[in-house]
Amino acid sequence: MGKHTPLYDEHVAAGAKMVDFAGWDMPIHYGSQLEEHHAVRRDMGMFDVSHMTVVDLEGPRVRDFLHHLLANNVDKLQKPGKALYSCMLNEHGGVIDDLIVYFLDDNFFRMVVNSATRDKDLAWINEQAHDFDLTITERPELAMVAVQGPNARGHVLGLLEGELRARVEALKPFVGCFAGDWFFARTGYTGEDGFEIMLPAAEAAAWWSTLAGGGVRPCGLGARDTLRLEAGMSLYGTDMDEGISPLEAALDWTVAWEPAQRDFVGRPALEAQKAAGVTRRLVGLVLLDKGVLRNHQKVVTEAGEGEITSGSFSPTLGKAIALARVPAATGERVQVEVRGKLLDAQVVKPPFVRHGKALV
Amino acid sequence: MSEVPADLKYTKSHEWVRANDDGTVTIGITAHAQDQLGDMVYVEAPEAGRTLEAGEACAVVESVKAASDVYAPIAGDVVEGNDALADAPETVNNDPFGDGWILRLTPADTGALDGLMDAAAYQELLAAEDH
Repeated sequence: MGKHTPLYDEHVAAGAKMVDFAGWDMPIHYGSQLEEHHAVRRDMGMFDVSHMTVVDLEGPRVRDFLHHLLANNVDKLQKPGKALYSCMLNEHGGVIDDLIVYFLDDNFFRMVVNSATRDKDLAWINEQAHDFDLTITERPELAMVAVQGPNARGHVLGLLEGELRARVEALKPFVGCFAGDWFFARTGYTGEDGFEIMLPAAEAAAWWSTLAGGGVRPCGLGARDTLRLEAGMSLYGTDMDEGISPLEAALDWTVAWEPAQRDFVGRPALEAQKAAGVTRRLVGLVLLDKGVLRNHQKVVTEAGEGEITSGSFSPTLGKAIALARVPAATGERVQVEVRGKLLDAQVVKPPFVRHGKALV
Repeated sequence: MSEVPADLKYTKSHEWVRANDDGTVTIGITAHAQDQLGDMVYVEAPEAGRTLEAGEACAVVESVKAASDVYAPIAGDVVEGNDALADAPETVNNDPFGDGWILRLTPADTGALDGLMDAAAYQELLAAEDH
């Protein structure tokens, strides 16, 4: 038996099909992954993401520490509550994990990292923090619920009152705020508007029931994966890992090169890779023939071979899409080996879908 | 426990076979199989005229989750594949023993059906897989 989130009983009662995910018993779907996917694109859905790891970093030198630890630059965060997406690199420029970091005050940042990488992340963070005199606190007592979809924000606001409602309503995209023990952030992993809400585990079941009672559809990890793929968002361990640099994972935009004197972990390796020329890149594919793209299928291009890192059927587009790592010189058309046949696919720039609209 | 119609034959790989009055057999995947696979998004049925060996992969059903082969329960010639599934793969989920059929076959040997499981034996298989 795996670990249970505070919402495990709610999932089982709702008829979820539970699967192992990084040692956690998590819902893969509650009957229909497709219907859950569509609910988030057209209305609203909610995900239990309590398995993710929340780490609070506190101390006078916390900003300096994050200058060192992260490839993106936390100096982009000047207003309390603002969030930043970043990779955490090893000395070779490979991605140890991708994460969200929230600036809360000058002595306090909060990070949300992947559950599958929890142990190595915490070990790495603690090792790197050695000279920074920080207090590093994991927050396993927090549950996390993502409410996503075009109607999600309005619905959640309708459940809040008074001053709290006003503060949450004022949140711009990628900003969060505390409300006592709760933390509301206007973030997500679906390409839709909504909130990710951290709250005490003891209050999670009641909050989930309130949301469900108001018509927010419970959605499993299956829909979460097809939604994030349509949104062109990377999945750690699938689209990138410690052997892949952000430059090979379409994450160049998350590497803050300026100021040049900021010496973050992995910077020399990334600079060397950039100078030598990056030989592989991550692109989007849309299958032109009938079939379904899947992880690890071979991509055949005029510039050489590549591989699909994340492939699936896109419920919104009604066709197969993928993220694929291909030679840098790959053109606009490729072929993918699907069950022994070469099928035609078009190279596109993700995202495939954003805010309910097809972009490819 | 999934539905297991009493008048059909079954395989360990979760296909069902219905003997038709005209001597052909209709083949599909069971309610249990579609439930395990999840929402279907693509079905590739075989073309008419193809000759199949027993146990040969003859169709592909792909759900959001994964692709699975469908195996010919017995040898024979394909009379038709269910082409309607190309545009409506969800029929396999909604009506696995009816409109979600996958192919029709003229058996090479009509006696071959006797080698397949009956509903009671298939029920036992499902019960065993549950534990």
